Amino acid sequence: MNVRSSGSQPVRVEQDVVMARQVSRKLAQDCGMRLIDLTKLVTAVSELARNTMVYGGGGDMDWQILDDNGRTGLRLTFRDEGPGIPDIKLAMTDGWTSGGGLGLGLTGAKRLVDEFELDTAPGAGTRVTITRWT
Amino acid sequence: MDRIPILQMGQFLLVTIQVDMHDQLAMTLQDDLSERISATSARGVLIDISALDMVDSFIGRMISTISGLSRIMDAETVVVGLQPAVAITLVELGLTLPGVSTALNVERGMKLLRERVAAQ
Ligand SMILES: Nc1ncnc2c1ncn2[C@@H]1O[C@H](COP(=O)(O)OP(=O)(O)O)[C@@H](O)[C@H]1O
Ligand SMILES: [Mg+2]
Repeated sequence: MNVRSSGSQPVRVEQDVVMARQVSRKLAQDCGMRLIDLTKLVTAVSELARNTMVYGGGGDMDWQILDDNGRTGLRLTFRDEGPGIPDIKLAMTDGWTSGGGLGLGLTGAKRLVDEFELDTAPGAGTRVTITRWT
Repeated sequence: MDRIPILQMGQFLLVTIQVDMHDQLAMTLQDDLSERISATSARGVLIDISALDMVDSFIGRMISTISGLSRIMDAETVVVGLQPAVAITLVELGLTLPGVSTALNVERGMKLLRERVAAQ
């Protein structure tokens, strides 16, 4: 697997969530992603970037365009140094929210991408990595 | 502060969302609409989202809330222009927008609103 290009975006304020959507849309287009896959990816980005801002107290979105045996992928990592998630199983339950959300961000994002990885611990921040292949 | 314009067309209110909304803008629209429904005694609200290339759980919830709010204020809401890729994504995300009426385009949405109001 080869990293074709990479970069990073801040996710601190509401407008950054909009920027994260726009940047990931552009990157997905550069990867030649189909509209439906691109729409799913950007929706997952919106959910995860909002979580980074709201629950993580702000963080960053790292992106990588990957080449792997003739396929191209976009990998995005949302990371923050916030409180972390104490109960991963609960957080990964449809409809569960500790705030006033719909509780569909993490579970929904997982359904919308090819690969989903959640790495978090209380006091150690949160890191969510998603990948969508063309 | 920026706002999404709300147009009045007779007894209906028309909202065309043309920007990639940040969360506060969506919340402001929700508040502005309920105020306008009450101030104008509007009987219907048409929300055109054909320019939205993504609807996440936050915007989805805003749409459901507007729909519910307008109902208790005696107005109907119809959402038009949901793009196919957006609709498919919404279902996979787990959002089915219960209680929200949809129509293909503005013309059909207006027709639906008129029929609903006439039937009351
Ligand atoms: N980056 C994060 N830092 C800390 N907690 C998080 C983070 N992301 C998600 N969570 C926790 O997981 C829960 C579920 O998240 P999500 O599925 O996006 O639903 P919602 O945002 O509607 O609450 C959140 O309510 C929150 O408690
Ligand atoms: Mg969320």
